[in-house]
Amino acid sequence: MIIKKLKYLINSELIGKTFLRINSLLEKRKLKKRQKTKKDKLFGPPVYSSSEMKRLMSQHYLRGAYTTKKVAWVTSGGPVEHLLALDYHLFYPENHAALCGARKLSTELIEDSEDFSYSQDICSYVKINFGGVLKNRDPIARIPRPDLILTCNNICQTVLYWYRVIADIYKIPIIVIDAPFVYDSVRNHQREYVKKQLSGAIEVMERIAGKNLSEKKLSEVMHYSKEAVSLWLKILMTARHKPSPITAFDTFIHMGPIVNLRGEKSTVQYYRQLLAELEYRTRNNIGAIQNEEIRLLWDNLPIWFMLREISTSLAGKNTNIIAATFSYAWGELAPLMDESRPIDSIADIYLQVLLNRSTFSKLETFKKLIRELDIDGIILHSNRSCKPYSLGQIDQRNRVASDLNIPAFLIEADQADSRDFNFNQANMRLEAFIEEIKERKWKRTAQ
Amino acid sequence: MEKNGSIGIDIGSTTFKAVVLNRKKEILFSKVVPTGIKIADQIDNLFQEISFYTKEGYNIISTGYGKEMVREATNRYTEITCHLKGIYEEFRTASTIVDIGGQDSKVIKCGPDGELIDFVMNDKCSAGTGRFLENMAGRFGIHISEIGGIANRISKAQNISSTCTVFAESEIISLLSQGVNTDEILRGLHLALVRRIKSMIKSIGFNPPLIMSGGVSLNPAIRELLGKELGTETLVSKNPQLTAAYGAALLGL
Repeated sequence: MIIKKLKYLINSELIGKTFLRINSLLEKRKLKKRQKTKKDKLFGPPVYSSSEMKRLMSQHYLRGAYTTKKVAWVTSGGPVEHLLALDYHLFYPENHAALCGARKLSTELIEDSEDFSYSQDICSYVKINFGGVLKNRDPIARIPRPDLILTCNNICQTVLYWYRVIADIYKIPIIVIDAPFVYDSVRNHQREYVKKQLSGAIEVMERIAGKNLSEKKLSEVMHYSKEAVSLWLKILMTARHKPSPITAFDTFIHMGPIVNLRGEKSTVQYYRQLLAELEYRTRNNIGAIQNEEIRLLWDNLPIWFMLREISTSLAGKNTNIIAATFSYAWGELAPLMDESRPIDSIADIYLQVLLNRSTFSKLETFKKLIRELDIDGIILHSNRSCKPYSLGQIDQRNRVASDLNIPAFLIEADQADSRDFNFNQANMRLEAFIEEIKERKWKRTAQ
Repeated sequence: MEKNGSIGIDIGSTTFKAVVLNRKKEILFSKVVPTGIKIADQIDNLFQEISFYTKEGYNIISTGYGKEMVREATNRYTEITCHLKGIYEEFRTASTIVDIGGQDSKVIKCGPDGELIDFVMNDKCSAGTGRFLENMAGRFGIHISEIGGIANRISKAQNISSTCTVFAESEIISLLSQGVNTDEILRGLHLALVRRIKSMIKSIGFNPPLIMSGGVSLNPAIRELLGKELGTETLVSKNPQLTAAYGAALLGL
């Protein structure tokens, strides 16, 4: 144990931390120098805080590789505040899978899991995780071995089957929080049901951590969590400004800390820095793309392996996807967080995540964002991997067109499996959609 | 500066098309050739042929899958917009436009002022595309230009459930082994493709008249069967293969 701790201190906290700090400074300098010497024709200046975000995320993964803490694997919709208060190191397989997708490393892992007879129809995040675990391969960073799994079915049912397999492989306990579907508003019996489960879960968390939950520590975690998600919402809403200082693609990248590190002080500090940078950009009319004519909203997870291709193609058409329901989902529930009543507010929040609410509720989110951000059109990503997110999108597209007179476009792809996606064909349809919006706008102006 | 005219270039997956228009929208030059492997050479050859117009300062508008390859293009548009412009210029009415190309098929809903209301494309496989018919013609050893005429010789059609180029082939082999009349199989293949297009039309709502463009509209069986399925007459553009190139040229005027 002492050797393990020493290894952690030397590799992660001493060498690793210093290296990442220097690397972050160098990258920031490089970004600034490049901006001075070569002005991009399509995009505005890069978001300089990105280097700090990379540092935070790399440090998190580095700590995970050498951690001596108890490790919990958690799903993105899982209530993690208690785990953090009990000093667990958290690992999010979904975030790791997204990183693999964004770095175009996912296909091999997916095929690895298919070697073990997992069907092509299964969610690509699951297969990226299985591929890495079953073939013992970590192309991004060393994945910490779990002591406990915390999952919640408020994002999908797949997580139940996914983590039963993982729990079986590592012979570890699994906590499943069953979140009943919310049709209109949270009913009291639903809240009580989740609270009861949370209380039971805390006992398991304490037993494995070998310590009792400190109310003071939980309150601190809740405080930072609330502050981080509140800042995140403000960051997303800077897109109100014309031109928007941020693209949805930026938010997909910058949401790393809110997913992985909410509840930590460093995350709050980072989002303050990012918000300050974006506010500077709005004050000085610095757009994320050079000539913003069209402002779009993205629905569903990103197509991680196509972020650059899609954003470049759109910027070439003076189009910016300025917001996404996916990144917004992490900020919209901020007002519900209440550190004075932790269990109640956690139950409320995790019951009301976007995918645990009715499709009408998603339509309301569309309406709100269209109104607040002055959106010209919506791109609905029909995501083969994420059925709950994609369910009802054709009806939603029709309702948006008929009720709100906003054109909406359905693009079929996958969040991380590139094997069934042809960029050229999808891009042609996307370009036609932009031409349609431009013509509408032009006609409106001419009238 | 006002231009003397415009050049529309449509580089599709199967054919390479170009149209030169003067300011009065009259076609001064047109060309349809199969898309080759060396598209850049085809573009160079075209510019040599039409050097007179390029020297006169004509606008150059490109469209199709190869639109980015036309470096000289003053502007680039998608085929959706170009087909819409081309068809509206010819028919001057709200309509549903069906363009069955080599690699994809598009259904475009055109408004009364020629505006784009909605569109739908098949984008995942070759079901419902010209490539499907081309492959099937190859299977029967018939030239693509003859397949429609043969399918129209009889009224009975065999039921082909798959429009997948690969799976349809196994169905055909099975039918042939049962000694089924080949004309009936060919008509069945046309019907399978038409039903696929019909479901695309229904997905965005049919708004008559039905107008076809693209190379496949030269196939009489497709025209007839599509009209029959929708209970309407099928109108066809004067130069269906040139519609997108013509529309592109119009956008440059």
